[in-house]
Amino acid sequence: MHIILSHIGDLLAGFGVTIELTLLGFVGAVILGTLLAVFRVVPVTPLRVVGAIYVEFFRNIPLLALLILVIFGLPDVGVTYSLFVSATICLALSGAAFVCEAMRSGINTVPVGQAEAARAIGLTFVQSLRHVILPQAFRTMVQPLVNVFIGVALSSSLAAAVGVSELTNRTQQLNLKYAEAVGSFLVAGVLYLLLAMTGGGAGGWLERRLAIRR
Amino acid sequence: MTVNRVLFDAPGPKALQRTRYATVVAGIAIAAVIALALKQFGENGQLAGDRWQPFAQIGYIKFLWTGLEGTLKATAMCAVLAFPIGAILALLRLARNRVTRSLATAYIELFRAVPLLLLIYVFLLALPPQGINLPIFWKLVVPITMVSSAILAEVFRAGILALDRGQGEAASAIGLTYWQSMRIVVLPQAIRLVVPTLVAQLVSLLKDSTLGYVVSYPELMKQGNNLTVYTHLLVQTYVVIAVVYVLINFGLSQLASALERRMRRARRSVRGADVLEEVTGEERPSATLLH
Repeated sequence: MHIILSHIGDLLAGFGVTIELTLLGFVGAVILGTLLAVFRVVPVTPLRVVGAIYVEFFRNIPLLALLILVIFGLPDVGVTYSLFVSATICLALSGAAFVCEAMRSGINTVPVGQAEAARAIGLTFVQSLRHVILPQAFRTMVQPLVNVFIGVALSSSLAAAVGVSELTNRTQQLNLKYAEAVGSFLVAGVLYLLLAMTGGGAGGWLERRLAIRR
Repeated sequence: MTVNRVLFDAPGPKALQRTRYATVVAGIAIAAVIALALKQFGENGQLAGDRWQPFAQIGYIKFLWTGLEGTLKATAMCAVLAFPIGAILALLRLARNRVTRSLATAYIELFRAVPLLLLIYVFLLALPPQGINLPIFWKLVVPITMVSSAILAEVFRAGILALDRGQGEAASAIGLTYWQSMRIVVLPQAIRLVVPTLVAQLVSLLKDSTLGYVVSYPELMKQGNNLTVYTHLLVQTYVVIAVVYVLINFGLSQLASALERRMRRARRSVRGADVLEEVTGEERPSATLLH
């Protein structure tokens, strides 16, 4: 047990890296995912095709395969990023596909009548999106987006398999060095649990804040 | 009909013109990006024929095929184990007994929030010194089953909750016990409701099996790794592998959505369907995103 206590700083530093990976990956995913969602609805065919292919590809490729391609493959093509940056890029790339789908289905849950009513009172495309559709769609998007956040948080552990020294990686290293098994894994598990619960809690709070009071 | 179509006016000549310009510009931009990427690959010699041709040779294909077999075997075993365990966990979480209910809830919430890789390391590093040393295949399958049964439990629970309550009430009215009514009346219908989601879950099981790379179980990723040790064709090998995964998963996802469309048509009149959408609307994509 004292080994864990003396290395708790090490684990916490790893947790810090995990949080950084998660936050950066998630923010990147939301930005890219929003852009893709726009691509998928604009009346410009090439953009729609790109959006559709992107989503299908990145939803279906295992993250580990993507990580290996980016981290070990891209240097062979003359593109080299640091381990951390590569892992963040991968998390953002795969998260974006799920964000895009969450946004699309969020918009689709708004009843058609709402859009018709908005158009009927003379709102333009942008106005009806801004004042009628999106405010309602955002409410249904909160939960799926929280799920993407938790997904990114858990997936960030895969960066350990390619050598980013985040929480899972440091736990495993500690284990190899000291054979102090169960305790370090418990600590890591609790930290992940905390991260997921914080994400879920923040989502629940946001959902309540946004809820329409009737 | 979706909201999208209502939001646009039918485009007039000016708007159509603008759309055409945008189409051309977007097309050129996309072509430029692809060209740049290919140039980058080409300049570093990654497009050379002799780096790709090996993958048409029978030896290479056989080697990767063994990996694919391993992947499918692990995925199938996980599915065979995780689906029933998930269903049982869902029933336990919905049971009347408070102890089983809270135990099942704790299990489900815990394993939905812990990364699979961490759990695999537990089986790989932490348990063998304690005397629990599973064969490699099970070091991969057991953690995946533990995590995905928790996720599947929530899928089954959504299905059970989505089912019309009258079904369970009618079952108890004709004198079936709780477990009888679950087994004979509720579960068979609930499972049918969630079949598309279950098929979609196969995608995440298949993705999870890539962690065989970590435990050195010879599935597709690990075989790819073994191959690159000899050939140094890293980019090519993993592009081929990625394409294989994407194709299989794409097929599974298409199957899932086809099943869903069919069911929606079949039970448009049944009340359960709308509720299910509400419940499974918040089905966790984390499961599919992971790995």
